[in-house]
Amino acid sequence: MSKQTAASEMSTGSGEKTRTGVIDQDPPKAVAQQLKTVKQEQKHRVDDIDQKTLIDLYRQMLLVRRFEEKAAEAYSMGKIGGFCHLYIGQEAVAIGAISAIRTDDYVLTSYREHGHAIAKGISPNAVMAELFGKAGGCSSGKGGSMHMFDRNVNFLGGHAIVGGQIPLATGVAFASKYRGTDQVTLCFFGEAAVNQGAFHESLNMAQLWKLPCIYICENNQYGMGTSLDRAMSFQNIAEKARAYEIASEFVDGMDVLAVREATARAVERARKDFLPTLLEVRTYRFMGHSMSDPGSYRTRAEIEKHQERDPVKVFSATLKEKGIVDDAALAEMEKSVREEVEHALRFAEDSPQPAPEELYTDVYANPIVPRNRGIDSK
Amino acid sequence: MAVITMREALNQALREEMLRDQDVFLMGEEVAEYQGAYKVTKGLLEELGSKRVVDTPITELGFAGLGVGAAMVGLRPIIEFMTFNFSILATDQIINSAAKMFYMSGGQFKIPIVFRGPGGSAFQVSSQHSQALESWFAYFPGLKVVMPSTPADAKGLLKTSIRDDDPVIFIEQERMYGHKGEVPEDPEFTIPLGLADVKREGTDATIVARSLMVPVALKAAEELQKQGISCEVIDPRTIRPLDIDTIVESVKKTSRVVVAEESHPFCGVAAEISMEIMDRAFDYLDAPVKRVSGADVPMPYAKNLEELAIPGVDQLVAAVHEVSYM
Repeated sequence: MSKQTAASEMSTGSGEKTRTGVIDQDPPKAVAQQLKTVKQEQKHRVDDIDQKTLIDLYRQMLLVRRFEEKAAEAYSMGKIGGFCHLYIGQEAVAIGAISAIRTDDYVLTSYREHGHAIAKGISPNAVMAELFGKAGGCSSGKGGSMHMFDRNVNFLGGHAIVGGQIPLATGVAFASKYRGTDQVTLCFFGEAAVNQGAFHESLNMAQLWKLPCIYICENNQYGMGTSLDRAMSFQNIAEKARAYEIASEFVDGMDVLAVREATARAVERARKDFLPTLLEVRTYRFMGHSMSDPGSYRTRAEIEKHQERDPVKVFSATLKEKGIVDDAALAEMEKSVREEVEHALRFAEDSPQPAPEELYTDVYANPIVPRNRGIDSK
Repeated sequence: MAVITMREALNQALREEMLRDQDVFLMGEEVAEYQGAYKVTKGLLEELGSKRVVDTPITELGFAGLGVGAAMVGLRPIIEFMTFNFSILATDQIINSAAKMFYMSGGQFKIPIVFRGPGGSAFQVSSQHSQALESWFAYFPGLKVVMPSTPADAKGLLKTSIRDDDPVIFIEQERMYGHKGEVPEDPEFTIPLGLADVKREGTDATIVARSLMVPVALKAAEELQKQGISCEVIDPRTIRPLDIDTIVESVKKTSRVVVAEESHPFCGVAAEISMEIMDRAFDYLDAPVKRVSGADVPMPYAKNLEELAIPGVDQLVAAVHEVSYM
């Protein structure tokens, strides 16, 4: 890498020295090293968590994995339309993070959100029915794969403009502070969203006004077909938080417990002191960007390398080694999860299409028909 | 009734609604300590405090989106754009989030938010600070678009907009903040959205005008009255929803219509109104609908060119002559 060109130094609040200008350390290398050490820690983390929680976490990850596989199948059969962005490979992030918050806390995320929706408590039935564009879907068939919502579990969407949910989540956190509640907001987004102005504008406001928002960057290393190193000048995303004096952590996104712990630390900061946090969670999607992406920009070897650290497999191995589950228990779970997904599929198949008159409902909360309007007033 | 400026009327509406409902907060650039770039928010910080009147960094996309997020969980934000020119930076959040959230969530998340600020032509600030954007916003189902032309309308419509459960684009004409008029003092004075107002009754021709074009149309009507032509001036006040029936009723009476606007003509609101008139009152027309719009150019700086770019009384008079075959 090129030499440091800007020699100016500035001191941070903590008295540390930090360089400005070109940085002569290769951030991805440093990150990879950290990844290795973090990974070894999953086994230690198991000791701090009760058995039921561990099994629940595993079951949820497995449920999302099998759900997405079924969604892919249904998509190939033409039962799901439009875009369908699968979460396979990234399950540890949504499930680990959402396991660290309360039911009344808020979650907003991007268009790759089937896993987050299920983790926050929307039933697989309602998520699958939404994918099918049916009336029984969590958005009544009007949102589809990219716009899942459920106000009963404070799941605030499914947003499909890259980075669009980041100012929204900041506003939800603003409302919690305005009302003096201790609810926190989790805001998930991919690493490509970090290049959007919305990310920077939001982090600035969140720290300026001390808003209880936890920004979780799911760094799966590709923005559609463009790798991080082709898109981001400085690739250490956690470090970017420093530009806003926001607390940040780098987290292994293949370790559900690491994500859960890091989120829990951030939640505590947010709940007690209204402080935001940025988590950079390094993960990898095993499938293409969407169902229509053949993924020719990645080598098979690269994908296989990451699949060795499949978060579902890593976690089941850990649980087995620790004696928390045995093969019989795993098989039993596999069976019940598959049944649940089959049930969701049947529910979606059986759910009616939205009634034609639904086309014109929900445009306005206070619809106004100007006075005296005639029959063709639609 | 007291005679006050449009600026003061808007200030009263903000103050009254914020006192009425603790969930209403006001956010924008220079709204608090500076008292508003156009002094519309004068005194609000002192009376309501910094929790409810919030100065922002210059970060329009960010605070527009923040407002929409706060509205998702039940607050009622008023987001001020120092001018609507800067709302262009925030259009992703206005259009993709605010306008569509209720629909794409299947009716679960309403967005009770007001985006307000000055818009339209200003005084010699050239192309980027002087433009009318209502046709952009009015295009989108999910948004309501309001443009008052008198202090009373400004107050009554802003109060209604704040109480409304949908996103409202409230465009105040930058040149009109100092315009004076009688304004009711009753704190429950409101004006429904989607209700046009007949600003002057007449029998020979209809002029449909909004915002800055209303006083211009009224002057033109006075001029034409001297020539024996009685003009009706209709101000839709709300662009979406549009009270087309009031316009059509007038056209059925006068059979001649001019639609005036300061915005660019192409794909503009006048084009939509003209289409609606053709659709609903074609057989009543004695002449084709005439449109008078701002020049189809970016706004120039030079005073003489700027004057040429904005429709004036003479152009409206000429247009009424034209539809009257005079």
